[in-house]
Amino acid sequence: MDTLEQFREETRQWLLAHAPKSMCTPVRVVDDLCWGGRRAQYPADVKRWLDVMAERGWTAPTWPKQYGGGGLDKAEAKILSQEMAKLGVRAPLVGFGLTMIGPLLLQEGSEDLKRVHLPPIGRGEIRWCQGYSEPGAGSDLAGLQARAVIDGDDFVVTGQKIWTSYADKADWMFLLVRTDPNVRKQAGITFLLMDMTSPGVSVRPILLISGSSPFCETFLDNVRVPRSQVVGQVNGGWAMAKALLGHERTMIADIFKDRAPGNPLLELARRYLPASAARIADPIIRDRITQLDMDAACLDLTLKRSQDSMKAGHKPGPETSMFKYYGTETNMRRRELMLAIAGPQGLGWEGAGFDESELALTRDWLRSRGNSIEGGTSEIQLNIIAKRVLGLPD
Amino acid sequence: MELILNEEQQLLQDTAREFVNKNSSLRRVRTLRDSGDPLGYSRTLWGEMAKLGWLGIIFPEEYGGAGLGYTELMVILEELGRGLLPEPFISNILLAGNAIAIGGSPAQRQAVLPSLISGDLLLALAHQESRSRYNPHDVETQAQKTSSGWRLSGEKVHVLDGFGADRVLVSARTSGATADRAGMTLFLLDVHAPGLSIERQWRIDSRNAAIVRLDDVAAAGDDVLGKVDHGSDILDTVIDRATIGLCAEMLGGMNAALSMTLDYLKTRVQFGVPIGSFQALKHRAAKMYIETELARSAVMAAHKTIDEDSQRVPALASIAKARCSDAFVLISNEAVQMHGGIGMTDEHDIGFFIKRARVAEMTFGTAAYHRNRFAELQGY
Ligand SMILES: Cc1cc2nc3c(=O)[nH]c(=O)nc-3n(C[C@H](O)[C@H](O)[C@H](O)COP(=O)(O)OP(=O)(O)OC[C@H]3O[C@@H](n4cnc5c(N)ncnc54)[C@H](O)[C@@H]3O)c2cc1C
Ligand SMILES: Cc1cc2nc3c(=O)[nH]c(=O)nc-3n(C[C@H](O)[C@H](O)[C@H](O)COP(=O)(O)OP(=O)(O)OC[C@H]3O[C@@H](n4cnc5c(N)ncnc54)[C@H](O)[C@@H]3O)c2cc1C
Repeated sequence: MDTLEQFREETRQWLLAHAPKSMCTPVRVVDDLCWGGRRAQYPADVKRWLDVMAERGWTAPTWPKQYGGGGLDKAEAKILSQEMAKLGVRAPLVGFGLTMIGPLLLQEGSEDLKRVHLPPIGRGEIRWCQGYSEPGAGSDLAGLQARAVIDGDDFVVTGQKIWTSYADKADWMFLLVRTDPNVRKQAGITFLLMDMTSPGVSVRPILLISGSSPFCETFLDNVRVPRSQVVGQVNGGWAMAKALLGHERTMIADIFKDRAPGNPLLELARRYLPASAARIADPIIRDRITQLDMDAACLDLTLKRSQDSMKAGHKPGPETSMFKYYGTETNMRRRELMLAIAGPQGLGWEGAGFDESELALTRDWLRSRGNSIEGGTSEIQLNIIAKRVLGLPD
Repeated sequence: MELILNEEQQLLQDTAREFVNKNSSLRRVRTLRDSGDPLGYSRTLWGEMAKLGWLGIIFPEEYGGAGLGYTELMVILEELGRGLLPEPFISNILLAGNAIAIGGSPAQRQAVLPSLISGDLLLALAHQESRSRYNPHDVETQAQKTSSGWRLSGEKVHVLDGFGADRVLVSARTSGATADRAGMTLFLLDVHAPGLSIERQWRIDSRNAAIVRLDDVAAAGDDVLGKVDHGSDILDTVIDRATIGLCAEMLGGMNAALSMTLDYLKTRVQFGVPIGSFQALKHRAAKMYIETELARSAVMAAHKTIDEDSQRVPALASIAKARCSDAFVLISNEAVQMHGGIGMTDEHDIGFFIKRARVAEMTFGTAAYHRNRFAELQGY
């Protein structure tokens, strides 16, 4: 048996022995997932699953072992995720630490920053949030105004962030601040790491159209952030911001892939369209389902093509914006279609006359409307493609 | 399945691109059209492609082929599609040649494949009828058993490269009802057989297509390809493969139309700026680009699936054809629109693409046809 096959077998055995049964069930709502953090309270199985996986470094399988990762190479990490998928076992931990700031620190962080911040991420001890957007700086992110002035060993930060997902639950924030107002707007930005318990930080949740309130306004009033918490160079934050957006968009494209086993659209059609035991009777719904299946298949194949080409040594470029664009647009179309199939049963807000899955369907649809906004809007992705891939003029 | 080209395939791509640039500008396509050339392509160029070994790529070495894969063929077809070359690849190699390679007896293969691969023999497959649209099983043409063989009567339409072919492969009903999958048989006929006549059809892309009429045409038992009543087994396989090959050609066509349009957007000035600076056009161009990338993935996966002899060929053929049909039509429509008034003129080459896109879209089934077929394959 070659070593990879041996690794697969051992991994499978280990997962079978250690994954609690309750963790081998599909996630119903995002709150079922384990986001970690100091303030989190989790059911015993969730906590146990996090702990055993973190101990092996398998919450961050490809990170180096000295930073709390699993030290796996790409092939091994792929096997791990395949074996987890086969068992239907949940990810032990999710969040911006693992998918955004962690990868950025590995790529750009100083040795000190890596040693301080990476291991607690892997153990699920610290939850992170992203402080990019401001009331006057959304799509035009480089126009941000939150100011940071040097005072001794610290920066003193003043300003406001908005749409900060989970700021009320996070322990630390990575944020962009203006450190030089007198240069080209991209040139005066610095990338900082800030403890949310620092004096002067206050957070106010904002209610979403889906009824939940995952994001917040964050006010920064003379907050002291040690200069040791700069990632990259002072005034060199724009490059960091863009590198991180690369990770973010890849994650977003990936996160909205439909991973449910079987074909949820089909199951939904069979449930709600009475005459569709075998063949879906409504020809329009049938065509829309097929179209979506095919589009998802083409997107998956394109992601695979891009990965194969990276393996062959090509660097990913601005064309990756198409994954963010098409992945989120496809997810939104899927949610629309689910609503269309459920018909009036997709209209429930709470309680009587709707079961839990129907209520989730409605709220997932509402939440999905944010997919084409968060992480850079669809229009911005198309701008990037037109300008940087196709070379169209300004 | 690795969705990238290896080094040899990249070299082949370079050769094919160079060949297309050198031999076939859209000016040649225009000349063939304007002179009313009945063949619609050049036999000399076909001979040159044969010399490069392209006609034998997918066929076994014992018949003079190269025994390579469909991915190699894809690389060539894409380049031919980029230049809108009208040479009869799909008809000769992917349809008729493949039918003989897959379903023929050793004698039939020996008799046909070497001269097909050398470019000396031209073949066509006549399966479509005026009311069958895209369903290859829908066959009214009758083959009656006689003491010495068979007698065929019926009419085939939209026969690709049927005009000027030396032999035609014809589907005819030997039993069953019109739309049954079973009961259809393939016959290899000489075009000079008494009672067989061929008339050129002129379609919008001016490529070679024909009506093949059969009026009591005699066929011997040896002329049957494969088993009597089981022609659909062969036909389904070759149509899937030809569909996938056509998708490669369409991919080349849509990429060429997009790049021609991008050039125009960068150079055409209105309101004092290049029109490519207007976001209304930029976003549409970006979406066209995404369509070509998604199409490329589907087309490449479909070819690899044939090479890997996978059960998934029919599903991937349908995914690829649905995508390419929609994408090529969208891109060629948008291309004309973005060219403004000049795009509406015959003088400008962009019009060739909108015409070719429509013909390709309706060859082997439109996007809607393939979505329906895919749904059936998936059991819904
Ligand atoms: C669910 C959700 C979670 C989020 N989480 C976070 C988070 O954790 N941290 C964080 O920092 N931010 C977060 N955001 C903010 C997000 O990044 C911004 O909403 C996004 O960048 C758009 O900015 P805006 O909302 O200010 O819209 P605007 O920039 O004001 O855009 C409004 C509209 O104009 C369009 N538009 C703007 N500029 C252009 C242009 N040049 N060309 C064409 N169209 C244009 C946009 O596409 C959009 O349709 C989140 C947003 C959502 C919806
Ligand atoms: C069939 C036909 C008959 C005609 N008959 C006549 C006639 O009898 N008399 C006459 O004088 N003219 C006639 N015209 C010309 C017609 O009015 C012009 O073709 C039309 O105004 C577009 O100009 P253009 O062709 O130069 O395209 P362009 O202006 O070069 O436009 C090219 C593309 O860029 C787009 N574009 C240009 N500017 C912008 C912008 N600011 N924002 C977004 N997109 C933009 C256009 O929509 C188009 O898609 C005719 C045209 C046609 C096709």
